[in-house]
Amino acid sequence: MLQGFVLLLLFQFVGEGLSAWFDLPMPGNVIGMALLLLALICGWVKLEWLQEAADLLLRYMAMFFVPAGVGVMLYFDLISREWLPIIAGTVISTFVVMAVTGWTMKYLDQQEESKE
Amino acid sequence: MNELLSSPLFGITLTLIAFRSAEWLYQRTRFILFNPVAVAIISIILLLKSCDIPYADYNNGGRMILFLLGPAVVALAVPLYQRRDQILKRKLPILLGIVAGAVSSIISAAGIAWLLGGSHKVVLSLVPKSVTTPIAIGITEKIGGIVSLTAALVVLTGCLGAICGPEFCRLIGVRSKAAMGLAVGTAAHGIGTARMLGEDRFSGAIAGLAIGLNGLATTLIVPFLWLFLG
Repeated sequence: MLQGFVLLLLFQFVGEGLSAWFDLPMPGNVIGMALLLLALICGWVKLEWLQEAADLLLRYMAMFFVPAGVGVMLYFDLISREWLPIIAGTVISTFVVMAVTGWTMKYLDQQEESKE
Repeated sequence: MNELLSSPLFGITLTLIAFRSAEWLYQRTRFILFNPVAVAIISIILLLKSCDIPYADYNNGGRMILFLLGPAVVALAVPLYQRRDQILKRKLPILLGIVAGAVSSIISAAGIAWLLGGSHKVVLSLVPKSVTTPIAIGITEKIGGIVSLTAALVVLTGCLGAICGPEFCRLIGVRSKAAMGLAVGTAAHGIGTARMLGEDRFSGAIAGLAIGLNGLATTLIVPFLWLFLG
């Protein structure tokens, strides 16, 4: 389990380093995810080295967002000043994105299936 | 007592208790409004407010929990690797779905806020609301929005997608695991992905992929749209 955590942190470290060094718009952890995927596909890293650690972190991923969410309490005043455009924009747009993305993929999947 | 409240022990213990209780409540009731992340956040806010404990005290422990998000995002490579064949086979629908989602997110969020009379800075702060926090903050800084407002709205968007994303997808006829994962991941980034991981590992993997790609797409599209609209 520990070696899995070491690997995950190392990949995050390299990702953060690249993000800072080249001033990339992508956060280091997302770059780390891409690098780890590449390493797994190329066979440089074996899945069993980190499966246990990865499964544990993914199982509790939702919880890691809780402190950031509690931070919303600092901005209640800011939000309440223009609450209607802020809340309506955020809520409606979230449903719009799910519908547009979901329908686009559904439509293209059907196109590809009918080709096959 | 004050020293104890500002030690990391307080924030960590409180977060674990709140999340475990919220998870228990959700497992017992299966009621979608009792999403564990949302319930844990609201109960901690209520407790801090009612006991007059500053957020900074809580966050001494909170930031240690948040730290684990970094390696957890890296760990999303594992379900992606396990399902790589299915993903590669559908790379075009996945990419186009994300780009369509990114464009519709920018236009609908900013457009609705503008129509309802939101001030210029507020409208700009809504632009990256479907993008994962670190990328969203970078975008808001660049276009001149309010960074802290964006950070709050990103969490709000994530909770909304996590609470009713899969249910909404079924309602509008999006039923495949891949399309649901992509829709919720594109709209509601990591918090939506965490919910999808609980539903199905493949959906979760696709949602995880969408976090990174939507961040990239939005980063690239925003300056482009500005040329047109500005």
